[in-house]
Amino acid sequence: MTEAKLSTRNLIGIKDLTVEDIKLILATSKQFKEVINRPIKKVPSLRDVTIANMFFENSTRTKLSFELAEKRLSADIINFSSSGSSVSKGETLLDTVQNILAMKVDMIVLRHSAVGAAHFLSKRVKAQIINAGDGTHEHPTQALLDAFSIQDAIGKIKDTKVAIIGDIMHSRVALSNIFCLIKLGAKIKICGPPTLIPKHIESLNVEVEYSVDKVLEWCDVANVLRIQTERMQLQYFPSANEYASFFGITKDKLDSLAGKKIIMHPGPINRGVELSSDAADSPQSIILDQVENGVAVRMAVLFLLANQAKA
Amino acid sequence: MKKKGKVLFNTDQLKRTIDRLCFQIIERHEDFSNTCIVGIQSKGATLADRIFHRLIELHGSGPYAIGKLDITFFRDDFRKDNKILRALETDMNFLIENKKVILVDDVLYSGRTIQAGLQALGNFGRPASIELLVLIDRRFNRHLPIQANYIGLKVDALDNAYVKVELNEVEGQDRVLFYDAENVEND
Repeated sequence: MTEAKLSTRNLIGIKDLTVEDIKLILATSKQFKEVINRPIKKVPSLRDVTIANMFFENSTRTKLSFELAEKRLSADIINFSSSGSSVSKGETLLDTVQNILAMKVDMIVLRHSAVGAAHFLSKRVKAQIINAGDGTHEHPTQALLDAFSIQDAIGKIKDTKVAIIGDIMHSRVALSNIFCLIKLGAKIKICGPPTLIPKHIESLNVEVEYSVDKVLEWCDVANVLRIQTERMQLQYFPSANEYASFFGITKDKLDSLAGKKIIMHPGPINRGVELSSDAADSPQSIILDQVENGVAVRMAVLFLLANQAKA
Repeated sequence: MKKKGKVLFNTDQLKRTIDRLCFQIIERHEDFSNTCIVGIQSKGATLADRIFHRLIELHGSGPYAIGKLDITFFRDDFRKDNKILRALETDMNFLIENKKVILVDDVLYSGRTIQAGLQALGNFGRPASIELLVLIDRRFNRHLPIQANYIGLKVDALDNAYVKVELNEVEGQDRVLFYDAENVEND
């Protein structure tokens, strides 16, 4: 049996992963995608592992996807969401987690609005930590599933031209995607209103393009991001309508381009703002494939991390 | 591992043994319309592929389907020792519901791989029956009550002896080597 080990015992961010780590996760995801398409989709690997899903921020896809991945691996799971918990009584993150760990939990999937929350916990608790999104910082499993989806759709990632379009400033998906795709040899251009593009982003080896028409013409894959109004303390653009008319992607626009472009979106979509309904539902869109792949990729991450810890 | 090992099978002997196993399968199955063959990754899958094609040559027809099964996600030693496991491809484009399955592996030792294989097969339906074919049966080393239906060669040896199956598709030549306890030296 070939040996395969990640270089880390926690998944905090793509930044910490080696190229070999990412390739191992993608290769293992492929095997799990086969598993979740079997008549019986469950394997017993994590039957002795208990996982706490701790979501201090809202989530639909990521939470359900992790939960399903854990169940498919036969793990025992407990779910925690901050609304309706003692967090509202003033309990700190560390205290909340320590109390849950006292119930003998092996892994924690953490989503939190504070940048560095997963890193903070990983330095203080014994359980393995998987970052399911920390503020505007990283969302590693989303980047891994996006990379897996690109590989699935195009057959390769190296030299693939990927446009990341939208609210780059507030997007952990953008940052994790940039780290991941650059490590795998893709070429990236980011596009959005100048107010939503962080200064010095070129230092991450990406190019900035302010014209959505030009960036669409250039790319093989467009990863379209949501405008994260919940994280905005200022007015970054005049109105959603104006944003849609300058940066929104419609099916007409896609059809006018030479060559087929692949459209991705991490969800949730604001239909009619960054992406029109007919573009989101077009044959170019692999948005629902991303969701399917998300379960396989999260199974691979959980399996490979559990693989490192002796029971 | 030291390179000095006793040759149990050379190319010709292996070919004759596979032929014998094929005739035994034909004897029991005759009509293959309800029989499929599944090899455990990786050497079992290579052997299954050979047997599948040889059956067609010898009998004119063979099992209705052939599959590769990876058992990594079903292993009972996951997280039990320091071994890190890497999953290989599973390629099963058919269901085994009410079918006769011939499960193939290279060496039957503790029986744990086969136990995991039986569990993994369960993901693809409830078969009518499962038979086990192994090239080498190390019958004195079993940890579980598992026996093979078709056996290439029985090898009686101590626990720390080692049997290595080399196949043309992987190592570039066909042979089975036996290293006794004194000759086994881990790298």
